[in-house]
Amino acid sequence: MPPLLELRDCRLTYPSERKGQPDRLALAIDSLVIHSGDRIALLGKSGTGKSTLLRELRRRLPAQASWCPQQAALVPQLKAFHNIYAGALDRHPGFVNLKNLLLPSPRFKTEITALAQPLGIADLLWTKANELSGGQQQRVAIARALYQHKPLLLADEPVSALDKLQGQELLSLLLDRHQTAVVALHDAQQALQVCNRVIGLKDRRIAFDSAAGEVTEDTLQRLYL
Amino acid sequence: MKQFLQQSRSLRALTLYFALVALFCLAFADLAVSTRSPGHELWLMARGLLTPQIPDTHQWLDAALYTLTFSLQGVVLAALCGFIFAIFYHRAWVRFLAAFLRSIHEVFWALIFIQIFGISTLAGVLAIALPFSGTMAKVYGEQLEEIDRAPARAIAPGRNNSVSQFFYAKLPLALHAMRHYTAYRMECAIRSSVVLGFIGLPTLGFHLETALRTGEYSAASALLLTLLAMIYSLRFWFRAKLLWLLVPAVFIARPLTADWHGDNLARFLWDCVPAPIREGWAPEKTLRWLGWLGEQAASGGWNTFLLAQIALVLTGLFALAGSTLNSSHFMRGWVRACGDGLLLILRSLPEYLLNFIGLIVLGPSMLPAIIAITLHNGAIIGHLLGKHSDEVAPAVMPSGPLSRFAYHYVPTLYQRFLAYCFYRWEIIIRETAMLGILGIPTLGFYIDSAFEFLRFDVAMILILVSAAMTMAADIISRRLRQQFLQLA
Repeated sequence: MPPLLELRDCRLTYPSERKGQPDRLALAIDSLVIHSGDRIALLGKSGTGKSTLLRELRRRLPAQASWCPQQAALVPQLKAFHNIYAGALDRHPGFVNLKNLLLPSPRFKTEITALAQPLGIADLLWTKANELSGGQQQRVAIARALYQHKPLLLADEPVSALDKLQGQELLSLLLDRHQTAVVALHDAQQALQVCNRVIGLKDRRIAFDSAAGEVTEDTLQRLYL
Repeated sequence: MKQFLQQSRSLRALTLYFALVALFCLAFADLAVSTRSPGHELWLMARGLLTPQIPDTHQWLDAALYTLTFSLQGVVLAALCGFIFAIFYHRAWVRFLAAFLRSIHEVFWALIFIQIFGISTLAGVLAIALPFSGTMAKVYGEQLEEIDRAPARAIAPGRNNSVSQFFYAKLPLALHAMRHYTAYRMECAIRSSVVLGFIGLPTLGFHLETALRTGEYSAASALLLTLLAMIYSLRFWFRAKLLWLLVPAVFIARPLTADWHGDNLARFLWDCVPAPIREGWAPEKTLRWLGWLGEQAASGGWNTFLLAQIALVLTGLFALAGSTLNSSHFMRGWVRACGDGLLLILRSLPEYLLNFIGLIVLGPSMLPAIIAITLHNGAIIGHLLGKHSDEVAPAVMPSGPLSRFAYHYVPTLYQRFLAYCFYRWEIIIRETAMLGILGIPTLGFYIDSAFEFLRFDVAMILILVSAAMTMAADIISRRLRQQFLQLA
């Protein structure tokens, strides 16, 4: 089976702040292959390029990837229902979307309520996003990612605002609903429990890339040194 | 002194240059008071103000209804057009079109549309809708540009401009600010609608002009209070829920009708072709005509510039001093409420009306126009600046009000203050050009007389000159804001 994506000798950069200066390096990748069925955890200190890598994957696979950004990035003035529905805008014609904004269709109501049930936000669907707590907003963002119905999940710290137990539960749910996943996480233990492959990033490079079973305490400690 | 002038971003230097230009202009301005007893006339007016009287209720109701219809229909149409422009505001030609539409004053638009459509609802509504759509396009466009982009990016990567994405992830973020601004424009539209009455459309201004001209100050007072009541009551009835009813109602009560014939339009358009081309004049005659036209444009343009620069600086001074009336740093409780009330009343009186009253009291010169522009615009900036000062932390060092004003209040608010003044600059030039209609020799004076003699070609060219001056101020002020002010 061909890999889902191959990156070779890839230099990812930030645009520099001033004109005329060269772009700053964010992450250099010699080789990275992603297969369908991989559940990859991205580990590393902040600023090592986890988000940059996720953005690059999203840029390369726009049609296949559902996206769950680090800050929930909801539209504060819209209800949770519409924020979740926004994940599916490209599946429906424009007039269906506009009609659903003014007058929610029963069909989408049922779909989204069913989706929200296991996330614990079914009662909050008709609350405006700016009235939700940080944890509730993150659940809505997860629901929005799920509602995109894409085979690949790209998520940047999707459960950072939730406590450990709930986080673990939602993370498993999120991964189970996608064939393939690349998730940036800050909790290494959590990563080892739900993922089957771990990529450690350090000093703007890939420090290690191995199966979850092969990662030792020692490798992890060196990553956060 | 030398040191601060050498700093490239010195706000003091910038202010000094504007003040010097205004002083230079002052040397050329005609500021004479020519009435014998201005005090007596003011006394009569004050007495009239306290004894308001409606001589003809039917007429009054009709004028009030027309004032509301023109402004409401105009604002609704302008909001629609402005909204559509705002969606495409990233395109240069849309920005240019919007700048052009708003650079021509409502009164000039009305003079044009009255020629085409006669004294009619359509002429009045279009005169408001066109320039307002230009202004609203600019503000809506900027409000949409300033939103948080993260939600839109979370839904779709890169630059995605689909309609659905716009309504789900962009519009909701800007909607509150847009509604707020639309309500403010409605206030402006009521003022404009009244002013259009002074040039013959059937709004409150029409009767106000007659009353002021004939010295019936009690009748004028009733009309003036009606205007203030309309503006004050906006907060109660200009609401999304009521507008579903009100907007259809005004379109039914005063449908967009016009006295218009194809011939009329054709003749008007033909008359707008410059005379030398239209009538195939010999080069000599053409040159003489060009010289005559150039003289009007130069003299009108020069006087417009003079008056606007003086008024701009005085507006600034009045705004800085006046803003303390609405600032928590200086006024509290009911004193502040009264101070802000005064600013809001001054803001509600259109420049044209203030100038008209000034002419009766002081006689023909540039002085009434300068006072009118200063009071109206200064009150607008003062109100906003005072409100903004609430966000500034109180002074740490205890001191008297005057030192607090000089050492804390002005320095912390100065950037914001200049930004507001630069925003008003283009509007002040536009107003100054228009006030010529009342007899001061700015561009409006020559435009009005060209319309009077049915020289539509000359009128169009002079209107374009005034539009060019306004747009130039817009461009220069944007440059200055970018260079000197670090505001979002």
